[in-house]
Amino acid sequence: MRDRPPLPGTPLGGPPPAGSRTAPTRRALLRAAGALGATAAAGGALSGCGTAIGQGFTGDSGPASLLNFWNPFTGGDGARMVEMERDYRKRHPDVDLKATTFVWGDPYYTKLTLATLGDRPPQVAITHLSKIPTLAGAGLLREIGDDELAAHGMGADRFDQRAWRKAHYDGALRAIPLDTHPFVLYVRTDIAKKAGLTGSGGELADVDGPEQFLDALRAAKEVTGAWGCSIASTKDPSTCFRLFWSLYRQLGGRLLADEGAKVVIDMEAAGEAFAYIRRLTQEKLVPTGVDSPGAITLLTSGQAGFLMDGVWQILAVQDSKVAFDMLPFPRIFRDAPYACHADSHGLVLPKAPSPDAQRADRSLEFIRSLLDASDAWAGGGHIPAWLPTQESEAYRKLEPQAHYAAASDGAAYDPGAWYSGAGSSLHNRLGDVCASVLGGRTTPTRGAARIREELRELAATPSPL
Amino acid sequence: MATTAPTSTAAPPGPERPGGRGGGGGKGRRAGLPGTRADRWTAPGMLAPFGFFYLVFLIGPLLYLLVAGFFNTSLVKGGLGDWVGLDNYARALSTEEFWASLWHSVWFTVLTTVPLVVLALVLALLTDRFSRGRWFFRLAFFAPFVLPSSVISLMFMWIFADQIGLAQSWAKFFGSDSPPSWLGDPDWAMISIAAATVWWTIGFNFVIYLAALQEIPRDVHEAAALDGAGPWQRIRHIVVPMLGRATTLVTVLQLVASLKVFDQIYMMTGGGPDRATEPALLYVYNTGFTEGRVGYASTVSLVLFVMILLISLVWFALVRRAEKES
Repeated sequence: MRDRPPLPGTPLGGPPPAGSRTAPTRRALLRAAGALGATAAAGGALSGCGTAIGQGFTGDSGPASLLNFWNPFTGGDGARMVEMERDYRKRHPDVDLKATTFVWGDPYYTKLTLATLGDRPPQVAITHLSKIPTLAGAGLLREIGDDELAAHGMGADRFDQRAWRKAHYDGALRAIPLDTHPFVLYVRTDIAKKAGLTGSGGELADVDGPEQFLDALRAAKEVTGAWGCSIASTKDPSTCFRLFWSLYRQLGGRLLADEGAKVVIDMEAAGEAFAYIRRLTQEKLVPTGVDSPGAITLLTSGQAGFLMDGVWQILAVQDSKVAFDMLPFPRIFRDAPYACHADSHGLVLPKAPSPDAQRADRSLEFIRSLLDASDAWAGGGHIPAWLPTQESEAYRKLEPQAHYAAASDGAAYDPGAWYSGAGSSLHNRLGDVCASVLGGRTTPTRGAARIREELRELAATPSPL
Repeated sequence: MATTAPTSTAAPPGPERPGGRGGGGGKGRRAGLPGTRADRWTAPGMLAPFGFFYLVFLIGPLLYLLVAGFFNTSLVKGGLGDWVGLDNYARALSTEEFWASLWHSVWFTVLTTVPLVVLALVLALLTDRFSRGRWFFRLAFFAPFVLPSSVISLMFMWIFADQIGLAQSWAKFFGSDSPPSWLGDPDWAMISIAAATVWWTIGFNFVIYLAALQEIPRDVHEAAALDGAGPWQRIRHIVVPMLGRATTLVTVLQLVASLKVFDQIYMMTGGGPDRATEPALLYVYNTGFTEGRVGYASTVSLVLFVMILLISLVWFALVRRAEKES
């Protein structure tokens, strides 16, 4: 066990004992490894750096048939995307499509940013449209021209207009929108029925309005014996931010102006939104301290009749084989046009060092193929931004996806700022405040004040752009 | 032990005999081999690969860090950015979050270092008393340490989960009507993470202590026993003082490791709830990678680096002084 100095059997000039035979072997091994490495390097150089590692070192964009595609889709979304990629490969056997998936949020954006800065970007990448101001503002995205779009049959009139506008920066198109994914309400239809919340045709009664919604939750709580509705509030600031932003926008409030340089918070509206959020937990209708998988489990195990979450959880709920439906996030306040938090995925062409590396034509062809396959994407819950799919008969009949399609009309995107967007500091900080109000650790008035403080601090921070 | 003792006395007591471990032995052996001149390059040659990586991956980035702290360096743009002088330092030192995150690192260090040193010693003392089946305890206490932090985090996220978690069930079993939300309550979150960390990493300190315990010669125990010292007295007056060096080592390693905490917190709470568990490194990560303010994040890392260095140095100085006095 303990290593002793090799005293016995190693006289200094004597014949080498059995153990020392390892020395030449090791040297030979090193020599062999070195030779192997050299051969590999030479081979790599000769074959035009076919490997990803070789390309990483040389900056070579690989053979012309290669198309690199990066995305942050795991879980259900990831499975759908793999399906769509398979479809593309089948129809384009000459293209070597290489799809790489990263972890959602800032790890993904950090990698995309650094790869583009280092002149080794993928040809096509997914981004949230809420990130366009940051990415385009840093000059990382290639503009997409009208003629290029026309050449691939992707005119402005064929896209959902809200998402289309969001894909622009500085008057130029930087992304091609793939979908809109709003914050919605999941309903357990069996529980709603028992709670007397459904009409004769099985449709859910009107839950819009502050009191109506609370009444619906109370009725559901009666049935479940535990909770009315669940929402992820532990370790999920983004979801908490979506709840706050949906309610606050329904009151017509704005948070930021001048691309995030100015704070224009409406304290009264923020206080009112928080007061409502607090009522959900004060009356024990919504649990606190549940994380994202926990919130879904509460719905699928029948301990909650409703769930407030993003549309992308549809597959998780579907997998549990319970009777459920999905609706747009209820309209609680009527002070402003209907609003619910939403974001969109878009496809971008990160700026490449040369047109040869960019392969814009092939990339756009690939994007078009994804759009054409977006009925598969819609199956994963996202509302397709590609109108031929959105207006198709098949999508209209897709249940429960079609039930909340109207939510994209009220899509309230993140306020524009370098510190906003998917997984951003804005989400983290404001979401934390909202979770604190939800949990009763911060009063609604104090919550509004804290949001103003957080925003002022962010707005005063020098922009990295 | 029994077999090595006679052979070592039988070894030739020549002038070349290695005086101690490692260095002395190597020197003695080299002197006896032919080709001494060429061998002058053996040590530097063998160090070169490590030296290269040390320069490229440690010293290089450290210099970059030092420089970037004086610029408004951005993640989303190439180059260093605009010169801002000491602005980043002024901003960091006047930001409440910076101090809060430092405090969280220190609080975590206090919560983990004390049990990780004391418990590891106790467990090692207990294990050492087993003559049979010692391997089992050695394995059992060390086993969690080989698990990656992601596995630990996932496991404990389930254990600490609300409504369905094991920890809440136990708390209810022991009579608490409404157990706290372990990871969802700002007052409990850090304690919960620290508890998970103690369970996970205690094996390392435990093994060091166990090795040190075996270094204590049997004769000392026997002599003390002959003088009438009971087991407790032997532990207090002989074992613990003789473990002094091991304790110094364990404590310093633990302090440094705890101050650098990141993985399990990033995965278990993400710094929440309400930023109650955001340690300094997570603050660096958030400002550097989420917000893209690399210059500012460099400043904060440098401050943290200096702080850890100072704490280690002060601790070493204190211990050395205590050792000299005794």
